[in-house]
Amino acid sequence: MTPLLDIQDLSIGFGTQGPVVDGVSFQVMPGQTCALVGESGSGKTLTCRSVLRILPDTAQVRSGSIRFGPGDTGQDLLMLSARSMRAVRGDRISMIFQEPMRSLSPLHRLGDQVAEVLRLHRRMRPPAARQAVLETFERVGFADPMRAFRAYPFEMSGGMRQRAMIAMAMVAKPDLLIADEPTTALDVTTQAQVLGLIKDLQQETGMAVILVTHDLGVVANMAETVVVMNKGRVMEQGPAAAVLGAPAHGYTAKLFAAAPMIPQVAAPARAPTHSDLILDLRGVSKTYSVRAGGWKKPLQVTACRDVDLALPRGKTLAVVGESGSGKTTCARIALGAEMPDPGGTVHFCPGQGMEQIHVHDMTRAQRTAFQRQAQMVFQDPYSSLSPRMRVQEALTEPMEIHGIGTRAQRRDKAAEVLRWVGLSPDMLGRFPHAFSGGQRQRLSIARALTLDPVLLVCDEPTSALDVSVQDQILTLLEDIRDRAGLSYLFISHDLAVVARIADEVAVMRQGVVVEQAPPDTLFYNPRHPYTKALIAAQPEPDVTRPIDLGLVARGAGTPDTWPEPYRFEGSVAPDLMELDPGHLVRCHA
Amino acid sequence: MMFLRYAVYRFVTMLLTLVVVSVMVFVIINLPPGDYLSNQIAELRATGQAEGVAKAEFLRTEYALDRPLWEQYLIWAGFAPGPQGFSGLIQGNFGWSFEFDRPVGEIVGDALWLTVLVNLAAVLFVYVVALPLGVVAAARSETWVDYSAAFVGYLGLATPNFLLALILFYYGHKYFDLPIGGLMDPIYEGEPMSWPKVKSILIHMIVPTFVIGTSGAAAMMQRLRANMLDELSKPYVETARAKGLAPAKLLAKYPLRMAFNPFVADIGNLLPAMVSGSVLVSVVLGLQTIGPFLLAALKSQDQFLAGFVLMFVALLTLIGTMISDMLLVLLDPRIRYGARGQ
Repeated sequence: MTPLLDIQDLSIGFGTQGPVVDGVSFQVMPGQTCALVGESGSGKTLTCRSVLRILPDTAQVRSGSIRFGPGDTGQDLLMLSARSMRAVRGDRISMIFQEPMRSLSPLHRLGDQVAEVLRLHRRMRPPAARQAVLETFERVGFADPMRAFRAYPFEMSGGMRQRAMIAMAMVAKPDLLIADEPTTALDVTTQAQVLGLIKDLQQETGMAVILVTHDLGVVANMAETVVVMNKGRVMEQGPAAAVLGAPAHGYTAKLFAAAPMIPQVAAPARAPTHSDLILDLRGVSKTYSVRAGGWKKPLQVTACRDVDLALPRGKTLAVVGESGSGKTTCARIALGAEMPDPGGTVHFCPGQGMEQIHVHDMTRAQRTAFQRQAQMVFQDPYSSLSPRMRVQEALTEPMEIHGIGTRAQRRDKAAEVLRWVGLSPDMLGRFPHAFSGGQRQRLSIARALTLDPVLLVCDEPTSALDVSVQDQILTLLEDIRDRAGLSYLFISHDLAVVARIADEVAVMRQGVVVEQAPPDTLFYNPRHPYTKALIAAQPEPDVTRPIDLGLVARGAGTPDTWPEPYRFEGSVAPDLMELDPGHLVRCHA
Repeated sequence: MMFLRYAVYRFVTMLLTLVVVSVMVFVIINLPPGDYLSNQIAELRATGQAEGVAKAEFLRTEYALDRPLWEQYLIWAGFAPGPQGFSGLIQGNFGWSFEFDRPVGEIVGDALWLTVLVNLAAVLFVYVVALPLGVVAAARSETWVDYSAAFVGYLGLATPNFLLALILFYYGHKYFDLPIGGLMDPIYEGEPMSWPKVKSILIHMIVPTFVIGTSGAAAMMQRLRANMLDELSKPYVETARAKGLAPAKLLAKYPLRMAFNPFVADIGNLLPAMVSGSVLVSVVLGLQTIGPFLLAALKSQDQFLAGFVLMFVALLTLIGTMISDMLLVLLDPRIRYGARGQ
């Protein structure tokens, strides 16, 4: 069989610098999926963009060929005229991008954006194009294709937008689909469904797929062949089973080791001791009023409802859920950044045997003390550090605000926390832009540590990082917790990350906790359909254990579609029941 | 239907805003101590002209200047009856100009619609010039096209308007036989509308439009270019490229539509900026707009004239913002369905 796409010795560079894609060669067979794996900066995205010739203006292809076409009809895409290349784009090769939120024009109706492909390449008249688009919309899983056709992107959730993107890529029935991290921005259950959809469509139409990803679990579920890239070069390539089963190259093995995994082995459930609580949320709810515009009554949106969370001193409590589950609202309330609805209370106890403080009813002095004792680490290290402050200023500013120490003492402290997080004190004079993503997250952790807090709230601290960097940051957080005796409230959407660091996990969905248990119990004996769906949706880097889409579908729907005894009646949720000691599940008795 | 309701809502809020503005205008005009008449009376007393004092005193009661400020306001606006009953802005009586000793309505009459005409022409000029230049400068950013557009733009921003006016008058007259100064040939002044008069006005407007519009066009062009550059780097542009759209069509359909929002939203700001910015130009060019009246009235505390001109500018601004708001609603579905999106 001849390959559909044959990339030979491709090199791409910017300006006069060395190549960022260096001598890359691989083939894609018709009807097969080839996964391009690597971390950010590995050149995988540039490589796949060069196939469509939509590289940034400043990038130049320095050498190589990209032959595309079945059998002997192949032609070198790099040699085509701009006009013939446009005929290939969207028609024979199409692409899905990473961020469905931003990859669709917000001002045009979905139907119009998808039908444009047919108008361009098939010269279809609007009614015919509309018919074809409606059929494709139905195929990619829109329950009401007509509504989707007339909808604007901002009226759709991320998963739905990505389906629309897929419809756009599929509507002209291309020979090759390039999917650039198509599910990275999506929740894990949505990811499972979107991956399943791409696979189904591929079987129906016989198209080939290039799947760009950093997630070995996704690879195992999707790909026949794998190309592992690092720093612009191909490290290893071959059949997925072989590469994933027995990685020959050191870099692939390293990627494997870094990937967080849900543990397979069961450990006995131990009831957590709740004697000395550092943080105690009781009956916390939060309702927002959203202006409906004009003279309409404001809408009431419930961000979280009746949440009880208790964090024992020195432990880590993880709150897991998808976007919109209310987990961040809980964290903000816990830190006093937001008032809970009347009836909810948050208590904080700075040290064993010390007096409990009511977080939402503090005196001025208590508030100042609380702000020292409780700190936060944010999700995005690229925007949570001021680009105009040197590291030293960023690290000493909290101490200045609280009037701690002399100038020299503050400087010494800054140098000390830098050492704690594994950075060198001679970096104090630098600006944040001189650091990589992982180093910046170390800086934000250092900044949180300068005030010697006892409680750290981590809001998705590793979501913006590469797998291997994520691994380092988690190790660092564990290390610091054990050394300094910190307690963590750890917010994440990723069960696998949480499996490693948490002592107790609360799974949230639509503002309520649906299941809560120590991680071993939760992963070995999940009871709630939503928890089961989350676990099932987690892609495993093992070709023999594909995602069970049925299990995902059962739990990932809205709460009124959950099976008895877990179903919500309208907005009325069942109570949290303690099934085993320390294992809470929201179900009818 | 939804749009109609929004339009009504917007119109009502505009009227309310206008009332608030009128209060502020009135208060600010009355902030300096004294008024035109009391100044005049003091001056007359000092020079011993008693009969003049009597007339001024009469005007003071006639225009209720001897009453408390809030009553003066209500009478001026037409909310309360004055010495002549209800006779304020609402009833179409704009007051008396002490400086010119004539009713305000009579003084500004012609100037009003000439102001509107000149400024509309200037706004049109701004958009016609800035739109293509801004788009081309962004699409060909950092090439000679971009640089020369920027150069011309900065030149337009940096040259003082009245200087530009003088230069254009000189060369316009020398090479194209354009008329100098005024908004129409003096023979048509006070004449009823006729074809030759319209023609005369149009020819006279060429230079003023250019002068008043240049700096606005230059600023607008730079803003559009910056907006376009922002939009061009967004992922949806890449999606459109990957679809196989030709560059020109892509530019017009996607990023331009997005970059258009600030462009439209600026209509409201543009109008008052031009009216007040063109005061000096009007003086230099001898245009019969309300600019020179405003200047004179503010200098001599001629409060009814100044108040009326300020209210007129405020009305232009409010109408401008209302138009731009309604256009935005038509253009951008995210604003139209604001409540349903995030």
